[in-house]
Amino acid sequence: MRARIEFNPRWCKACGICIAFCPASVFDTDQDGRPIVARPEACTGCQLCELRCPDFAIAVEVEREGE
Amino acid sequence: MKRYLRQQYMPHIWCPGCGNGIVLGALLRAISRLGWDQDRIAVVSGIGCSSRATGYLDFDTLHTTHGRALAFATGLKLARPELKVIVVGGDGDLAAIGGNHLIHAARRNIDITTICVNNRIYGMTSGQASPLTPKGRLATTAPYGNVDRPFDLCQLVQAAGATYVARSTTYHVRQLCNLIAEALENRGFSFVEAVAQCPVYYGRRNRLGTAVDMLKYYRDHAVTVRAAQSMQPEQLADKIIIGRLHHVVEPDYESEYARVMEEARRRADR
Repeated sequence: MRARIEFNPRWCKACGICIAFCPASVFDTDQDGRPIVARPEACTGCQLCELRCPDFAIAVEVEREGE
Repeated sequence: MKRYLRQQYMPHIWCPGCGNGIVLGALLRAISRLGWDQDRIAVVSGIGCSSRATGYLDFDTLHTTHGRALAFATGLKLARPELKVIVVGGDGDLAAIGGNHLIHAARRNIDITTICVNNRIYGMTSGQASPLTPKGRLATTAPYGNVDRPFDLCQLVQAAGATYVARSTTYHVRQLCNLIAEALENRGFSFVEAVAQCPVYYGRRNRLGTAVDMLKYYRDHAVTVRAAQSMQPEQLADKIIIGRLHHVVEPDYESEYARVMEEARRRADR
């Protein structure tokens, strides 16, 4: 499985929800409170960051093997 | 999912960490999962923060007057019964000024899905107490603590005749999406209460911390319908009961009204 995290800084309002609740600690925080995709290889593709983002600013594309 | 958004109006106006966007996302994912025709969906809203949702949605949308979303939606559904009609509103809009429309839409069992974003406050006008503000909480209109007891809106609409009733929170977003999909599929009046954080006008005044802290509160205070059945009322006092609360099959208003029209035509022909 490979996951690609797309982040849209123009829509992000730096609430920190994606960072706080990522079960795999994929994100670091930049100086404005926005997420940095620091450990993409740790992403499990659960998409909780995308589902809980209030600003539609994160999307996780999951490619499973054989697809 | 972004195909349902009028992207030229994004980013939206909601505050950082506001729950409205999470609930809207859950609604759009539920619609996407059901595979409904985008041009056969109408979303109706009243006034308030959550009612701004219609401005961002690329369906047919109606942004109406305060509390009257369900009244407009009822007219729309009767005129165009082939449309899937969805109402999005806040606790102030739906339970206070629109409270009567809410109970009567439920009583009619009209085929409308209502999503109530319950942030327990009037956010747009900077934090007046709503009928869902818990007793003792602070608001601009309750500087010494709210005196009134809040509605249990789910119990209210169930008692009024809604055929599908559910509650979840912005923390439990997968469940919220599943419940909204079930509500959309129910033929009749469906009601989903989405407990959502207002970190700015409710959270800050009541010292509930950031949006993240408020989501953690939902995580730690939610109990499933099943678990709640074996709990005492005092144990449930500060809990949020989540899940499908009520689901029955009853004739919907459009079907009943179509019969009336049929009968009227038959008598006129006689």
